[in-house]
Amino acid sequence: MMEFATNLIQVTAGTVLDVLPIVAILFGFQAVVVRKKPANLKRIVIGFVYVLLGLSLFLVGLDEALFPIGKTMATQLTDPAFLGITEGAAVNWRDYMWVYVFAALIGFSTTIAEPSLIAIAIKAQEVSGGALKAVELRIAVAFGVAFGVSIGTYRIVSGTPLEYYIMAGYALVIIQTFFASKTIIPLAYDSGGVTTSTVTVPVVAALGLGLASSIPGRSPLLDGFGLIAFASVFPIVAVLGYDMLTSWLRRRGKQSKEEEITQ
Amino acid sequence: MNKAIKGFIGLLVGAARDLTPIILVILFFQLAVLQQPFPNLASIITGLVCVVLGLALFVQGLEMGLFPIGEALAEAMARKGSLIGLLLFAFMLGFGTTVAEPALIAIAAEAAEIAGQAAAIADTAEAKADYASGLRMTVAVSVGASLVLGVFRILKGWPIQYFIIGGYILVVIITGFAPPEIIGIAYDSGGVTTSTITVPLVTALGVGLASTIRGRNPMLDGFGLIAFASLMPMIFVLIYGMVS
Repeated sequence: MMEFATNLIQVTAGTVLDVLPIVAILFGFQAVVVRKKPANLKRIVIGFVYVLLGLSLFLVGLDEALFPIGKTMATQLTDPAFLGITEGAAVNWRDYMWVYVFAALIGFSTTIAEPSLIAIAIKAQEVSGGALKAVELRIAVAFGVAFGVSIGTYRIVSGTPLEYYIMAGYALVIIQTFFASKTIIPLAYDSGGVTTSTVTVPVVAALGLGLASSIPGRSPLLDGFGLIAFASVFPIVAVLGYDMLTSWLRRRGKQSKEEEITQ
Repeated sequence: MNKAIKGFIGLLVGAARDLTPIILVILFFQLAVLQQPFPNLASIITGLVCVVLGLALFVQGLEMGLFPIGEALAEAMARKGSLIGLLLFAFMLGFGTTVAEPALIAIAAEAAEIAGQAAAIADTAEAKADYASGLRMTVAVSVGASLVLGVFRILKGWPIQYFIIGGYILVVIITGFAPPEIIGIAYDSGGVTTSTITVPLVTALGVGLASTIRGRNPMLDGFGLIAFASLMPMIFVLIYGMVS
């Protein structure tokens, strides 16, 4: 318990240090450029305290509950003994099925709990006047991360070059951009950057490193990287795809209604 | 007060719901696939309580503090019409939040390790520290520059896809010339730069600007700053890998 308390204090101090430059910039500009006290200053300060305290509790809790077990799992799942691979045998990508499944499920579930994605989803729902549901956006992004991380682990197993996959992802994004609704495009691009922060990165990075160090011929330093990149490109594909799907369904719904009327 | 408590309980329930998928995945793999018992269940439960409480507090604070101040600042500066002030603010916000980012520090150190092994730089502690801090500065400046460009785009109302597609094409071209050991790090550096506190602030800044300036649509013009901040570091890091 003592250890837990010191850990909490340490993490909170760390978060405060991280936020200090931001607070200095915000209030500095408020004082020098805007030269007006913001409305509801007290409420804003309390909000900042909540954010700091919340984020620290969140990080300490993750460290206590999820990260150790998530990382152990990642190492155990990539262990040749668990996968039933004999030492020195050629790498067969089919042997790693559980790794792909784990990658997809953990990618999905950590993305759902990602605070920065929650923030941007709340804002998107607010700005779109409720036309875009926060939950739906988050689920679409989570599917993208699940797919991306899963493909990313396959890439490490097969040892194929990272650039090809990322470029294929880019090509998809560019094609989809021509067909998706204009209003979703900026948000979709943003969703690539927000998925990979507090919760997803540690577990996914552990998976990449575990995998790269257990497969002969892969370097943990070279091949362990790159999973994050997968988790940033494929959510864009997923959100654009989700938009295309819903607008197609809407169009079809309208068409069948019109047919009913003309009949 | 009663309403506030009710609201917070709602947030707690929401946070618990957000965590359910992780718990289910871990349970399934631990019990069904790996078939192992849970080590120190007590600390897992304390941890989960902290996570739920923390997430609820964070969302509450978001709506009270981070969103309003970001939007109020954007609005005030747009009203004042001080272009230099606004762009300077954007740069400092990007640079200041990135330069001390722990994830970036970790990645820069590992990148220096790789470069040392690949003999791209001298394999000494000093050369590596130089390389790592150069990389950190590169990323921080690139995030600052990307917010400047992103804010400028909002002011002008230019469509975002030209920038992003152009950026992608640039990444693809530069990848062809960059040393192979930097590629993975460069691609990852885009994702790690946007931290949990930066994202809501930057989003509020964009949406606030787009809602204040006449003729801009917050949905079309307000979002997209994060996208710039994830793309630009990739380009800068690839170039850094080539020149150093």
